Amino acid sequence: MSFDIDVTVQHGRRRIALSHRAQARIVALIGPSGIGKTSILNMVAGLLKPDQGRVIVAGETLFDSERRLNRPSAQRRLGYVFQDRRLFPHLRVRDNLLYGHRPPSSLSLEDLAPFLGIAHLLDRWPGTLSGGEAQRVAIGRALMSDPRALLMDEPLSSVDPRRKAEILDMIRHIPDISQVPILYVTHDLDEAHRLEAEIVMIE
Amino acid sequence: MTDWNISPEEWTVIGLSLKVSLAAVIAMLPISFAFAWILARWRFPGKLLLDTAVHLPLVVPPVVTGWMLLLLFGANGPIGRWLLDWFGVTLLFRWTGAALAAGIMALPLMTRAMRLSIEAVDRRLEDAARTLGAGRFRVFRTIALPLSLPGILAGAVLGFARAIGEFGATITFVSDIPGETRTLPIAIYSALQMPGAEAAVSRLAIISVLLSLGALLISELLARKAGRGVHSHVL
Repeated sequence: MSFDIDVTVQHGRRRIALSHRAQARIVALIGPSGIGKTSILNMVAGLLKPDQGRVIVAGETLFDSERRLNRPSAQRRLGYVFQDRRLFPHLRVRDNLLYGHRPPSSLSLEDLAPFLGIAHLLDRWPGTLSGGEAQRVAIGRALMSDPRALLMDEPLSSVDPRRKAEILDMIRHIPDISQVPILYVTHDLDEAHRLEAEIVMIE
Repeated sequence: MTDWNISPEEWTVIGLSLKVSLAAVIAMLPISFAFAWILARWRFPGKLLLDTAVHLPLVVPPVVTGWMLLLLFGANGPIGRWLLDWFGVTLLFRWTGAALAAGIMALPLMTRAMRLSIEAVDRRLEDAARTLGAGRFRVFRTIALPLSLPGILAGAVLGFARAIGEFGATITFVSDIPGETRTLPIAIYSALQMPGAEAAVSRLAIISVLLSLGALLISELLARKAGRGVHSHVL
């Protein structure tokens, strides 16, 4: 089982909930904008505390309200690729990639940079990158942290349309270089199909 | 025409002013940063009270601040007595006392500048760091601190400018002792009391204006850098 998620949270007057046990390596959460998909990722990542439920990722229980278990974000080992990317503006690309690096178990920069096509960007500042480049670096940074799973929030949203196919293809091949399952949030069903993902509709 | 021959006594005054202001800023740096951090990040009952207390030296007459320092740090004051008994140290009539007075007067400005820059740090970057395995201290050291650094430096330089100009609290607390507590503003004031010292007054006045102007300029440049939300291209 890759993801076993059963969470609810009250957000103002809105209730955000998801209950799903996923088997596939890539799981796509699909729903219209504003439905709370990001909140669900945040609950999985430990950035938002669910009112109740449980989060089990790759066999590891990260949150369980019945057992009063709530692992802090920093200890969950989840590689979160944010929609707004959140590269550290004061660190060069190389240092962004190495920020969460946990040697020796995780991928090395030498392996990863060519796969992501960012080897030529290592000495640049994040502020000088294009949308697509920044997205690749954000994915690389998450992968370098030796995560037990990747969480991706609309990773194609601010990418040049011509680059979308490339990045999508790259994401599809992530399980080939690293055994991590991916929880992928999008509003675009087509993306999910192209990733050959297990689809979870949120309404 | 101003006579630009700066006398040895005036050089002493300038050197002392720089020494006192530098010591004031260095001593207040951790304190003002702690206040700034608490005011920017913590939520607790009584926060408004702390906020007001930190800003008090900005609005209370400096003479009153000096008098309160006298009460606390004087030979019979609770802190002054303790310092004397345990360390044999007194701040009264010493340059260290002048630095304390200048530091207290600079504290609100320093805290304010630093607080703004801490508030400008994007918390989402800190969340991102946490998901990458960084604990609280590492997030602080590698994200919050470097991103607020221009504002911290701007606060320090602003504090330095304020300390250079400090008069009321200083003369009340440590008086006017040449070579020990006679800083630029106090020297200008004493020179004004003496007939025939107009040239000295203008020399010292111009020097203080230049020092303050320089410090303010540097502070403003740093604050702009902080306000732009980062040095991503330039660092």
